[in-house]
Amino acid sequence: MKQIYLDNAATTKVDDKVLKSMLPYFTKRYGNASSQHLIGQEAKRALEESRHIIAKSIGAKDDEIIFTSGGTESNNLALKGLFFSHPEKNHIITSKIEHDSILNTCKWLETQGAKITYLDVDEKGFVNIKELEKAISSDTLIVSIIHGNNEIGVIQDIEEIGKICKERGVYFHTDACQSFTKVLINVKKQNLDLVTLNSHKIHGPKGVGALYVRKGIEITPLAHGGGHEKGLRSGTENIPGIVGFARAVKIANWKDVKKIKKIRDRLIKGILKISNTKLNGAEGEDRLCNNINICFNNIEGEAIGGYLDANGICSSTGSACSSNTLKTSHVLKAIGLSDIQTNTSIRLSLSRFNTNEEIDYVLKILNKIVRKLRRISPIK
Amino acid sequence: MANKFTSYNKEVMKRFLHPKNSGEIKNPDAVGKIRNDYCGDLMEIYLKIDDKDKKNPRIKDVKFQTMGCAAAIASSDVLCELARGKTLEQAKKIDNKLIIKRLKGLPSIKLHCSVLGERTLRDAIEKYEKKNSEG
Repeated sequence: MKQIYLDNAATTKVDDKVLKSMLPYFTKRYGNASSQHLIGQEAKRALEESRHIIAKSIGAKDDEIIFTSGGTESNNLALKGLFFSHPEKNHIITSKIEHDSILNTCKWLETQGAKITYLDVDEKGFVNIKELEKAISSDTLIVSIIHGNNEIGVIQDIEEIGKICKERGVYFHTDACQSFTKVLINVKKQNLDLVTLNSHKIHGPKGVGALYVRKGIEITPLAHGGGHEKGLRSGTENIPGIVGFARAVKIANWKDVKKIKKIRDRLIKGILKISNTKLNGAEGEDRLCNNINICFNNIEGEAIGGYLDANGICSSTGSACSSNTLKTSHVLKAIGLSDIQTNTSIRLSLSRFNTNEEIDYVLKILNKIVRKLRRISPIK
Repeated sequence: MANKFTSYNKEVMKRFLHPKNSGEIKNPDAVGKIRNDYCGDLMEIYLKIDDKDKKNPRIKDVKFQTMGCAAAIASSDVLCELARGKTLEQAKKIDNKLIIKRLKGLPSIKLHCSVLGERTLRDAIEKYEKKNSEG
């Protein structure tokens, strides 16, 4: 069966051109970038060229980019790295809709003496800027707010938050895993101090990401060793991955973002024609171009996903039934959904490889599925 | 966010995608209704009882309506099959182990869905017996 992949917020297909760019670095230019010989220096050149591409894409300098293994490591390095190099301050401000790699890092930092403020969000998912400002105290070290949310796609006003953080003299970190190449990121204009970037959400390979750290900011490394990445991330660099990551950044463009947005809005419109459905999160420009999150009242998200899967459509759900811990989505909870509503949610996340034909098929199938599951459901 | 569908076996998927026993029974003799505290799933079981033999009433027909995941829907479908034609005394012995056996297994995190089936059937039988003892 042909698969229609609508789970691009989980991970994406590696672009053929990305894969092609990586292959020589496995078998021909496979050197260690720390080696002085030719093959090593080829790897070093590829590493620095890749760094330049990624730095440029967010308006940063080359030496402000640290390559990591991905978003989770970058988020850990940002928060733990700052926390342990700044013992004079112990307060961190974040939101209730962060990715688990921020929330669980914060939880762990609490055991190390950190005080964490978890900001509420409104019903669309926006952090209240005034509340954020109020939460900043003389003990505050970092504000860490996710740029584009992975579940509901809401895009925070990082420029405004950056401005406040700069005025108040606190570091601002944003997790931009979902928004990178989809929403403009400019570290100068937006006053960003640390930014988490990642490759596999943008048609690059898995296992590679980056952390932007503004020049002059001290962080403690998580991994000690041979002093790679300015001593902030030891370990032989993943050159094929980094090359692929940079190529993925280079390929990404605003025309595709526009195209995906059009497909998104068509799909949203079609789904909302089904009775008793509700879009979760913000609308229009305040929403990631590829994110759709819908509640289908009175039927269960995992069941919808199961029927979609049986029809060759890959989706994701915030339902408790589908999580390993039987906990509902903390993001949907934070925007005010009840546990029952959360259990009826489905996330569809698009990419530039999706087509209008696919969307027509998805809508046709979704209509059938919802009708069938509502017939089975006792709640009418 | 997660995708679990591949962790279900063929039997569970068959029952989930093509349940044979879903629907309502008009004027049922008893309705069992339980909401699962774990996950919010809601199961309803409708019974039609043949009570010609007063001492040994028998489940003539049984249908379900469930708002729940694949495991909950598949458990409901199997439950109906297990209960149909049984006397109430026999039906009381239907437990989640029997449901799991008929489903050829459930992922461990989904075992509670079979318990929901067991509880809902018992709820229906209890309500029937209570109604009839009150005469």
